[in-house]
Amino acid sequence: MSAVMASAQITNEIGLHARPSVKLTQLAKKFSAKLEVATSQEGPWVDAKSPVKIMRLKAVQGETLFFRAKGNDATDALGELAALVSRKFDEA
Amino acid sequence: MTEMHFSGTGASSGLHVGQAIIVGIIDGNVREKLGPEDEKSALQTAINAAIASTVNLMATLGGGEADILGIQNELLSDDVLTEPVWPQIEAGISAHDAWHSAMDIEIAGYLASQDEYFRARSTDLIDIRDRVSAHLLGGPKQLALAGGEIIIAHDLAPSLFMAIDWSHGGGIILGAGSTTSHVAMLARAKSIPMVIGVGDIWKDLQGAILMDGGQGSIIVNPSSETTTLLSAEIKVQSSSHAREILAKGDRAITADGVKISVMLNIASLDDIASIDAKACDGVGLTRTEFFVRDGILHEDVQFGRYVALLKWAKGRPVTIRTIDAGGDKPLEGYVSPSETNPFLGQRGIRLSLLHLDIFKTQLRALLRAAAFGPLKIMLPMVTRPLDVEDARAAVNAVKLELLNTGVPYGECELGMMVEVPAVALCPQIFDVDFYSIGSNDLTQYATAASRDNGRVADYADTSHPGVIAMIEHVANYGNLTGKPVSICGDAGSNPRLIHTLLKAGIRTLSVPPAALLSTKAVIRSLNLTDRI
Repeated sequence: MSAVMASAQITNEIGLHARPSVKLTQLAKKFSAKLEVATSQEGPWVDAKSPVKIMRLKAVQGETLFFRAKGNDATDALGELAALVSRKFDEA
Repeated sequence: MTEMHFSGTGASSGLHVGQAIIVGIIDGNVREKLGPEDEKSALQTAINAAIASTVNLMATLGGGEADILGIQNELLSDDVLTEPVWPQIEAGISAHDAWHSAMDIEIAGYLASQDEYFRARSTDLIDIRDRVSAHLLGGPKQLALAGGEIIIAHDLAPSLFMAIDWSHGGGIILGAGSTTSHVAMLARAKSIPMVIGVGDIWKDLQGAILMDGGQGSIIVNPSSETTTLLSAEIKVQSSSHAREILAKGDRAITADGVKISVMLNIASLDDIASIDAKACDGVGLTRTEFFVRDGILHEDVQFGRYVALLKWAKGRPVTIRTIDAGGDKPLEGYVSPSETNPFLGQRGIRLSLLHLDIFKTQLRALLRAAAFGPLKIMLPMVTRPLDVEDARAAVNAVKLELLNTGVPYGECELGMMVEVPAVALCPQIFDVDFYSIGSNDLTQYATAASRDNGRVADYADTSHPGVIAMIEHVANYGNLTGKPVSICGDAGSNPRLIHTLLKAGIRTLSVPPAALLSTKAVIRSLNLTDRI
């Protein structure tokens, strides 16, 4: 099974901060697929289910998040993850 | 095994031979380092406990606070966070140190961020780090000691010193530390030998150790010849020490006939157990943050101990300082844990006026005890006349309560510590009956050299002419007005400073019990009319 990819731009003011990171990983954990995130298409890719690693990306407003997924629900996962980023992580 | 010699700075004199026991410290909590497998499971247990307790806490909180804890738990539950810790523990590092070093790297990553939001995340990680540490150390507990061991640590909090049973003796060796820290003062009061500032080798000290707290020297694996030679000296030292203290003690009069009052600084009833009150002129300082540490909420516990002290003193004045917490003396639930510079923060009377109920409980016990002898109440860290006025209002309110309920009490003089340089220069603006100069704090504030930082120990010098000038100013004011002025800091028992202090006009010294006789001996050797 080959990897599928998606991307979304970070538009919320504080970027991939603690709360958004946790929301993202909590969503990612709902899927069985192997999910990875990067701030560049070339990587480095990190586990989308690890809040520590997501926070280490220190991605700020304006950066693009790239997602890579492999597994049964890979396509659904990518759709929901990209949508969460586009919705500004539902932050007020 | 061959002898190994190390040296540090002597902080409390005395010779001692004992087994090394290494303790890891946070705010007075301790645990012994175990094997790697046990250390790993201890850390995992601590992490699990930290998560569990947060979940409980979240249930009682709402909204934003619960959210933040929830985020912290997500991070704490992430194995990535602990990944670097396990190989370190396997390499022989303690769970505490391995956890801290891994977390500190993580924290540094956030601190280095260009983005202020990410920089601010470091506080969450610090919070996580410290919460797990607290669980790892398992809350305040008594160290299980057989007696006579030498406590080895990076540094030691006063609360931990108080939690240890020193009745069988013992010793302390610290990697860091300062001779003017509160724990050093406590060690001197109890005659527990202490060597500080030995550096990183503290982590490697083990087995039998012979230490000389006066010289600051340490011998690991002392040969039988060394031990025999020195144990004879230890016996002589301890028996002559006991004899000296029990003896009535000679009067403290200088060679040219000036009478000096020598009083005692005490932190517990044990400190005076082997001393006849006749050997001193009373108690110049009772550190109630230690003396009634377990009873700050209990009027009757305090009352009983204050009365015991007055009975021991047999009519000599007993000065009791109200709780002086803060600075390097934390008191859980009382002192704010989050100050960046606690020595310049809420401490002493500032905290008492904040916790008025606890202050009044103490005042009730003090006023009731004053019916049994001359008790003087002393306020720590007074800075503004308002501090004294507020304290006096509390005293008057408590007196009225006692009067209205028919509870007997006695009148007390009300005095203050002089520790703040601004105060030393204008003692006249305070409406008090006496002054006592806390030379350690006055010195650290006046020389801008923290008393708990060994690296600036040379700067925190009471003999600095600027510090002596302040002491002289207060002494002159006292001599002019007839209000007593004493010194209750370490300077009062420092053989190199006693002459200077007496020359500055000080006539009352309050010293640790262990220094009582040496201080009097120095006084007898001095001639104040000398012109050098």
